[in-house]
Amino acid sequence: MNTKMLHHALAALTLASLLLAACGTGPTPTPQTVEVTRVVEGTPVVETVIITATPEPVVETGGPMTEVGEGEGEVAIVAWAGYIERGDTDPNYDWVTQFEADTGCKVTVKTAATSDEMVALMNEGGFDLVTASGDASNRLIAGGRVQEVNIDLIPSYGTVDERLQNAPWHTVDGKHYGVPYQSGSNVLMYNTEVFGDEPPTSWSVVFEETTLPDGQSNKGRVQAYDGPIYVADAALYLASARPELGITDPYALNRDQFNAALDLLRQQRALVGRYWHDAFIQMDDFTNEGVAASGSWPFQANLLAFGGAPIAYVVPEEGATGWADTTMMHVDAPHPNCAYKWMEWSLNPKLQGDLAAWFQTIPAVLAACEGNALLGEGGCEANGLNSFDQIKWWRTPTSDCGDDRTDCVPYHEWVTNYIAVIGGR
Amino acid sequence: MATTSSTRPGLLRRLSTFLFLHPTLSLILLLAPPLLWLGVIYLGSLFALLVQSFFRLDDFSGKIVRDFSLTNYLQLTSRANIDIIARTAGMATAVTLACGLIAFPLAYYIARYAAPRAKGFLYLAVLLPLWSSYLVRVYSWKLILAKEGIISWVVEKLGLTPALDAILQTPIIGGPSLSFSMLGMFFVFVYIWLPYMILPIQAALERIPKSLIEAAGDLGARPGETFRTVILPLAFPGVVAGSIFTFSLTLGDYIIPSIIGNSSFLIGAVVLAHQGTSGNVPLAAAFTVVPMIIMGVYLSIAKRLGAFDAL
Repeated sequence: MNTKMLHHALAALTLASLLLAACGTGPTPTPQTVEVTRVVEGTPVVETVIITATPEPVVETGGPMTEVGEGEGEVAIVAWAGYIERGDTDPNYDWVTQFEADTGCKVTVKTAATSDEMVALMNEGGFDLVTASGDASNRLIAGGRVQEVNIDLIPSYGTVDERLQNAPWHTVDGKHYGVPYQSGSNVLMYNTEVFGDEPPTSWSVVFEETTLPDGQSNKGRVQAYDGPIYVADAALYLASARPELGITDPYALNRDQFNAALDLLRQQRALVGRYWHDAFIQMDDFTNEGVAASGSWPFQANLLAFGGAPIAYVVPEEGATGWADTTMMHVDAPHPNCAYKWMEWSLNPKLQGDLAAWFQTIPAVLAACEGNALLGEGGCEANGLNSFDQIKWWRTPTSDCGDDRTDCVPYHEWVTNYIAVIGGR
Repeated sequence: MATTSSTRPGLLRRLSTFLFLHPTLSLILLLAPPLLWLGVIYLGSLFALLVQSFFRLDDFSGKIVRDFSLTNYLQLTSRANIDIIARTAGMATAVTLACGLIAFPLAYYIARYAAPRAKGFLYLAVLLPLWSSYLVRVYSWKLILAKEGIISWVVEKLGLTPALDAILQTPIIGGPSLSFSMLGMFFVFVYIWLPYMILPIQAALERIPKSLIEAAGDLGARPGETFRTVILPLAFPGVVAGSIFTFSLTLGDYIIPSIIGNSSFLIGAVVLAHQGTSGNVPLAAAFTVVPMIIMGVYLSIAKRLGAFDAL
């Protein structure tokens, strides 16, 4: 490129960028000065032109949608692995294809392994919906990441289990921020070859050093969840193992109770080879690393057993923590109409029943428990419907204990302390 | 200009002439976009990070309080956080040393002994892993290092299982299996970053004139002496340049520690946890200042050792 051409190109570029700057978007109505050069008989003269940018109209926000229009052809969902199935793993479990055919909304799924990942993804934006658990949902609401949902636009909302319709993890100040999806209990997954005919009955196999039925210690052969919410599992175990601590709610711990839970977790650190956070890595650990027992989800246990691995699970006598998930909608959802269509679709009994069978969960719509071929007779009861009221549902701990006390340990301290415990302190 | 038919030249042409007459302005216009990129987007975000690190999280509401405070830096000095920093820096140092030790002989062979054909092949072999996905390679290492993986199998066939177990019993680096131990994490880090060490060393070695080595021999230096007094000092900037890559990449990585190892946190993972998990962006920001300081010191030392001439 010769010099003349270079200068020509540069001049064109300068002009273009000035033009861009002039019509540039920006809410400020300040006049912009643009310098334009003019050569008058060999002498360049600089003229100053004032261009006033028109302010962008302010869009009124606040208040949920009032009607559902045509679909946008797409809906993007952040979900737990196995939550949105389109028959890829097993053709019997497919609740996406029909929805896509009915509404023309193509479903894309981004799986997340932890609640924290979900919050991070929603903070990034670009998604319409998220299947948030109770330890994420309140954070999303408080952070202004999700929008109020107009349940009048979701005709099936009335079919939702009444215990869930106004649950505190999605309804704040009388406003609904989502639609219940599924709930389920965390379980103790174990290797049947190690435990033989003596299945574990207590969480103590993952918290206390002990000799397993195969004659070897559990040291290095148990796992724990690497999310800070796992402190609640320790607290739940302590509630029955050390009743003198007076733990009633594992998510509302005062300083002494919290420290006791941390001590238990430190003791557990010596037993845990590696903490799990990815369902598929955990499955690999059970098959390739000789892990014998771990807190887990029914999902992994079923998938492993389905593949012929000697794996089973129990809900131990101390009870269990659990998750109650809500489909929530991003505040800037790019495809709001398809999102509403999905929320309505997500409550149909067929989908709810199929998902409950797939993930071994409790459907949010109890009508799903009857007459579902995949779930079978009594499937909901087997998944813990009867112990629904005993499951300690995940929620985000705050200094406000939920009763009249305000001295509970808040979540960010759970995080820093659990990181320290995993690091061996 | 001869082709212009109009007596008054167009705006574009006039501007072009003006810029031709003012070379300094042309230079400023050419440099402005990259400088703006560097200044606003790159340094600006670093500055925003630095500012964030002085905010703090309100205990009660969990919201960020935008007041100046040193709370986060005080928190960094807690034993658990010092552990994380020490663990990360230790890992980065170990990985860098190991990469240097492995890379040097290979780079030396490529630069000085390999025939042109073999050289091309070796180049390809070094670069090939970089063309496949980082995640896939890390996951495949998880399977290689697993308790029931190929390494354990070979060790068992050789009857060396007690030796492996003894190594895994070692505190800090050990664990129930290689893929659950810091030792396994170290192997994977070395594997992943090795190409970044080989290439600068090889470039530095290629630039040593053959005549210098011959002269050393003519003056009576034994091979070892030639290596120590001629080759090593001249190639050393290359080693330091490579070490900048291996050290800084290990310092910031958060994916390998989440797949291999005993779940102990490194700095990258802890930043992710604080930022994504608890919304404690100020503490996460304060944590990121630590590798910045470490790298600042490291780079100033590297500059003294002439590493930037070897890049």
